[in-house]
Amino acid sequence: MVEEEGFRRYVAHIILWIGIAIVAFPVYIAIVASTQDNALIANGQMSLLPGGHFFEVYYQTIFVGTSGSTREPVGNMMLNSLVMALAIAIGKIAISIISAYAIVYFRFPFRMAIFWIIFITLMLPVEVRIYPTYKIVADLHMLDSYAGLALPLIASATATLLFRQFFMTVPDELLEASRIDGAGPLRFFWDTLLPLSRTNMAALFVILFILGWNQYLWPLLITTRDDMQTIQVGIRKMITTTDALTEWPIVMATAVLAMLPPVFVVVAMQRLFVRGLVETEK
Amino acid sequence: MQKQAIFQSKLLPYALVAPQLAIVLIFFYWPALQAVIQSFLLQDAFGLSSSFVWFDNYIELFKDPAYFAAIVRTFFFSFAIAISSLSFALLLAVMADKPLRGSMLYRTLLIWPYAVAPPVVGVLWIFMLHPSLGVLSRYLRGLGIDWNPLLDGNQAAALVILAAAWKQISYNFLFFLAGLQSIPKSVIEAAAIDGARPMRRFWTVIFPLLSPTIFFLLVINIVYAFFDTFGIIDTMTRGGPGTSTVTLVYKVYSDGLLGGNLGSSAAQSVILMIMVIVLTGIQFRFVERKVTY
Repeated sequence: MVEEEGFRRYVAHIILWIGIAIVAFPVYIAIVASTQDNALIANGQMSLLPGGHFFEVYYQTIFVGTSGSTREPVGNMMLNSLVMALAIAIGKIAISIISAYAIVYFRFPFRMAIFWIIFITLMLPVEVRIYPTYKIVADLHMLDSYAGLALPLIASATATLLFRQFFMTVPDELLEASRIDGAGPLRFFWDTLLPLSRTNMAALFVILFILGWNQYLWPLLITTRDDMQTIQVGIRKMITTTDALTEWPIVMATAVLAMLPPVFVVVAMQRLFVRGLVETEK
Repeated sequence: MQKQAIFQSKLLPYALVAPQLAIVLIFFYWPALQAVIQSFLLQDAFGLSSSFVWFDNYIELFKDPAYFAAIVRTFFFSFAIAISSLSFALLLAVMADKPLRGSMLYRTLLIWPYAVAPPVVGVLWIFMLHPSLGVLSRYLRGLGIDWNPLLDGNQAAALVILAAAWKQISYNFLFFLAGLQSIPKSVIEAAAIDGARPMRRFWTVIFPLLSPTIFFLLVINIVYAFFDTFGIIDTMTRGGPGTSTVTLVYKVYSDGLLGGNLGSSAAQSVILMIMVIVLTGIQFRFVERKVTY
């Protein structure tokens, strides 16, 4: 065992706390600002201690919205973000797990071709094909709809690859056994493979939920109606170009609310999240 | 590697891959193909007619000093973000890897910024460093710095790099920690027995063993800086002042949507696609050695 002397341990603790302070400082400022009076902040007089407007600011943010550029209440934006994130996470897992099952457990013509067609989509994020994708969604009359928000982001292969990797490690004996029990392919999938994949699915869900919740460029382009706006787009629209009109306490309250669900998911599911992350990226 | 035990069925496998195939073809391949076609077309200002112009859009781009400047800027941003965030994350990971009391707590407190969305990161940082009302701007002015990222291009660029690097710390921290924990303790002990001091142990033993992780993270961070900084830039500077924070992805967006120049925007998309494919290719070649399908 390599011994750590007491002094070095102190240094390690101090460096870690400095790191945490740097990482947490912007969020602390946001929380503090969301409880203060707008006039005070606009004058550059913001205090570093919480103010007394907590309930007032959050009530207005969630249920009323700003009085300026976007009048949409943040509660509604959060609902839109939630639907989008869930649709992306669940949709991607559902279509990926069945296609991975087909590719691993069946032999059929064009199997490898299909695998490569799916595999290649790993390479390009939606950002680089943004206008043509926009045009297709518009042609399909899917602007300002949840389908339009989610479907183009479901079209990639990470989850398929992950499930394929995992299915490869499932012992063949399981299939033999369930075949002896008289189970067909769908039965085997439902009763044996799906329960075995539960942790993989949960880990993926955590990552995909955050990915969906945090989307920005795509919803920015395809939502034109305020009531279909996601919270990430809404917060940007709250910062008006003429600074005097920006209601900073509401903007900061929105930032805090926008952070809550994904941060909660990461902290609560830490172990699954870390595992899923390392597996999808490597 | 192939499964030995499989099912026999003619139609079922096609039914199972059909949903994914349909979505990928409609929302991935079709638009990607359109982008390539569009990049060879020249459209009039009203989008009424278009003509095939071969590589004119590309040639125009490479003759345009603004595009060249955006390439240089994007690479500069990417390396600045990657290097500052990687070095800070590595320092924290080395500290968190020590057998300390409360190490789980430290980990939890350090990983959550991963979940914060880029536009929110942008909003947080522009608020702290806003020229007139930012909390930190007061101190900067106290130090005699004429701080105004809304007017000064270099300061705006520094702000974008700072915010983007901040968000990436947690991600890099996680992978470094995983990398450090996979280094066998016996190797480090052996170096300690040979009399190597901690700093020397780090540079001669740990750092080289960590190099695959460092390389992997460098590629991931560059891809991140290419794409995920869009939300940060759009909320903080909208590319300005002037064009001092316009990166390649931001240019695709602003030339296409705001400028209405679809041919050029498509050509830029295609160039970006090629860059990402090259980066991903590098990453796979490197990862392949570790993962066998």
